[in-house]
Amino acid sequence: MVQVGLWGSLKAAVGGVDTVEVEAANIRQLLNRLSEAHPGLAPVIEKGVAVSIDGEIHQDNWFAEIPPGSEVYVLPHMEGG
Amino acid sequence: MLDKAKDAVIDREFKLVGSRPVRPDGVDKVTGRARFGADISAPGMLVGKVLRSPHAHARIHSIDIHAALQVPGVKAVVTRDDFAENAKHKDVLCNVMARDKALYEGHAVAAVAATSAAAARKALKLIKIDYDILPHVTDVDEAMRDDAPLLHDDMITSGVDPAPEKPSNVARRFEFGHGDVDDGFAKADVVIEREFKTEAAHQAYIEPHACLASLTEDGHGELFCCTQGHYAVRDICASLCGLEVSKLRVTASEIGGGFGGKTTVFLEPLALVLSRKTGRPVKMVMSRDEVFRASGPTASTSSSIKIGATRDGRITAGQGEFRYQGGAFTGSPVQFGAMCAFACYALDNVKTVGYDVVTNRPKQAAYRAPGAPMAAFAVESVIEELAVKLGIDPIEFRLKNAAQEGDKSSYGPTFPRIGLIETLEAAKAHEHYSAPLGPNQGRGVASGYWFNFGGATSVSLNIHPDGTVALVVGTPDIGGSRASMTLMAAEELGIPYDKVNCIVADTASLGLNETSHGSRVTFASGLATIEAARNAKTEMCARAAMIWEISEEAVTWEDGHAKPAGANAGDFEPMSLADIAKIAEKTGGPISGHFEKNPAGAGASFATHIVDVEVDPETGRVEVKRFTAVQDAGKAIHPSYVEGQFQGGAVQGVGWALNEEYVYGPDGKMQNAGFLDYRVPVCSDLPMIDTVIVEVPNPGHPYGVRGVGETGIVPPMAAVANALSAAAGVRMTELPMSPPKVLRAIDDTRPSIAAE
Amino acid sequence: MSQIHVSTTINGDPAEFLCEPDETLLDVLRDRLGLTGSKEGCGSGDCGACSVTVDDRLVCSCLMLGAEADGRDIGTIEGLAEGEHLHPLQRKFLDHAALQCGVCTPGFLVAAKALLDHNPDPSETEVRYWLAGNLCRCTGYDKIVRAVLDTAAEMKGA
Repeated sequence: MVQVGLWGSLKAAVGGVDTVEVEAANIRQLLNRLSEAHPGLAPVIEKGVAVSIDGEIHQDNWFAEIPPGSEVYVLPHMEGG
Repeated sequence: MLDKAKDAVIDREFKLVGSRPVRPDGVDKVTGRARFGADISAPGMLVGKVLRSPHAHARIHSIDIHAALQVPGVKAVVTRDDFAENAKHKDVLCNVMARDKALYEGHAVAAVAATSAAAARKALKLIKIDYDILPHVTDVDEAMRDDAPLLHDDMITSGVDPAPEKPSNVARRFEFGHGDVDDGFAKADVVIEREFKTEAAHQAYIEPHACLASLTEDGHGELFCCTQGHYAVRDICASLCGLEVSKLRVTASEIGGGFGGKTTVFLEPLALVLSRKTGRPVKMVMSRDEVFRASGPTASTSSSIKIGATRDGRITAGQGEFRYQGGAFTGSPVQFGAMCAFACYALDNVKTVGYDVVTNRPKQAAYRAPGAPMAAFAVESVIEELAVKLGIDPIEFRLKNAAQEGDKSSYGPTFPRIGLIETLEAAKAHEHYSAPLGPNQGRGVASGYWFNFGGATSVSLNIHPDGTVALVVGTPDIGGSRASMTLMAAEELGIPYDKVNCIVADTASLGLNETSHGSRVTFASGLATIEAARNAKTEMCARAAMIWEISEEAVTWEDGHAKPAGANAGDFEPMSLADIAKIAEKTGGPISGHFEKNPAGAGASFATHIVDVEVDPETGRVEVKRFTAVQDAGKAIHPSYVEGQFQGGAVQGVGWALNEEYVYGPDGKMQNAGFLDYRVPVCSDLPMIDTVIVEVPNPGHPYGVRGVGETGIVPPMAAVANALSAAAGVRMTELPMSPPKVLRAIDDTRPSIAAE
Repeated sequence: MSQIHVSTTINGDPAEFLCEPDETLLDVLRDRLGLTGSKEGCGSGDCGACSVTVDDRLVCSCLMLGAEADGRDIGTIEGLAEGEHLHPLQRKFLDHAALQCGVCTPGFLVAAKALLDHNPDPSETEVRYWLAGNLCRCTGYDKIVRAVLDTAAEMKGA
């Protein structure tokens, strides 16, 4: 199981907690299972999010591996100047 | 990430990386040859001009173009009717051409193509628009009030539970943090709470937006434009104009500054549709007035900060609420402000909340570390105030609380290797920090943070028969990146710098590349360049192996040569890149290296700035006397251009701190849409900008690079405010800190004099 | 409105053109003569990207009419190098990395040359005030000022 941290305003979509658990070995599985388990997250994920795995930020990178025990956060999609 | 650590070259000796050669595009740029957005013409070209709303908020009942079309030389007029609805790019479409409402002064409502600028201008005057003028709002706090004029009837705030029933101007709410801030404040000996406001600043690139479009009857398009991301321009324009992506070839011109402001489209779709309607190429160039009124400045903001600390200087809790207006559409960078606000500190208790608000202003565009500078201005001002109140040196106070590897960031993830402490130590040790100050002078410090990220990146590297190398990248060069790419390719291949020629390819000639933004170019295109070179080296080693009739594994690449890997591999004369290239056609065909991926592993960059200011107590004028920018570059590939990023970011921050602002009248119209009244720093305003490049290698990049383009604008506003506070005893909480405001604040500290 | 016939000298060469009475010198240079090295950054004389010399006086070509060029001697960025030899200012701008995007560079070079023609040994303050009419948004001016001072030092030594 992967412990997934969510940014605060997504708490509502997952029943008021800021961490959820899903079974996922890569980002695609992670996002799919999050959307399935918490339909409220689906539109946000669909619009685009970034995923931090052990402090490394991934965008649009479905098959980036999530090693067991890694720290995972779903973050807003990144843009820059 | 751990597995990549082995790739990081912490103590590697570089031959070329770290040197300062002349950039490959340099001669073109000092001779006037370089072709920027407005510098190209085509046979039979028409001139396109845009009609813009004079009202801040108005319903558009009807548009009559009949008289305009009668003007001799006018070939076409386009309005909202010429663009189909587009669900994917709804806001972009609405921004390039108003739909049912004009949402800000300057919003495009029609465009004309004519044989001369004079005819086009005449036609614009003859377009009749029936407006129903609506109440407007341009201030972020006013826009959040219940009785504020509504921009979008269907805007329901997202991120709020339960969802509001009524629409408002608040598009989104964000929240970040961990721990319990109330508990943290209870443990504090000192708590400071402050409110802050910042005005919108424009990126103020010197080159206005410009493009030349040609679209044939059978849907083949060519577009030449100044942009940070020609692939994004292609994709958006193809969608808005109903074109196949492969038939629209976009070439990025040399770009005359962007800083985030050239990451979207304004004129390009209009020029393409005008070209389709007329069957002729159409060139469009914005005036400076249009750039101010109708392209994207950054957000204006208001925020509330509360920070508590113990007597011995440990921060117990940090809390911030950030309200950013990003113009007429969803998308202010408030989430990044809320994420970066406390990123410099290791906190047990932190909470930030952000509100993304719409107002009747032009849609904001990214501006260097979008969202972060405003939040840093607020937080770093309070941090300095706390340090002063606690009697602790401001850098010491920051060091006591600084985030480092293994600390949980204020927005969630645990930091990997970062270099904030190194920048603070370097600042503390710098001679500037202990230099004496003169009368009316004060010194301020501030730190700042910006993420970095990778994004889609393609690079091709072609080995030519004469032993030279073409390096083909797809990220427009916004600050000397071709020099850095060339250095990395030459370093990796082991050949001289001048044997590599780097170009920025058009969208048809190279795979997808994400825009040059997010400080990603030297990281991502650089990583791609190194990987492409390694790819080519592998192939060159394979060719040498075939010639020597030994296995590929028995050949290694060293100093620009294929060599037998060891004594057992055999005794062969090393073959240079040129030797292998010369006979490539006979040994298996052309040799190229490639990279097409979406690299992760970007490393964040922290900065600490020291600034001395002198305040004229009679006029309120603030002069920057000395500035030192310390920042972590991971590894500086071309140090001159790294310094240039630090210096440019610092000075843009100084402008934002002291002078730059969008001034709105009660009519909702911008009152200072020109460089005379929107005053960016000029040469005589400034001292030299000293730089210190800190190098804490990023383990995610083969040479250790961290993107440096954006962090440099994060600390200056707070650093200037802190210096001003030290110089004149006034704590300025509103940007810009222009002379009238500073004078008023100084006068307020002298009540007895005022009373006399 | 009939067009005006103008005879002038540009970068030492005779030039003739027809222009509208209300057409700026900058538009003439860029659109009629193909000299696109001079840039329009503002059109109001505030940014200096269109700097040219007129009879050795530094002017913003966006503030001057094309018709006013008649009988004058116009100098633009395209005339700075001599054949294949870059002007020392051009070399020093490259050596000091005094440009990032490069769009303001032609204006800075024309302005800096006018400064050194008037004052071959300027102080840093003199350089900063002389160049205060040229905006650069990328560099913070540091490397530009250094490049100009270094050029002056080199030319003085030569």
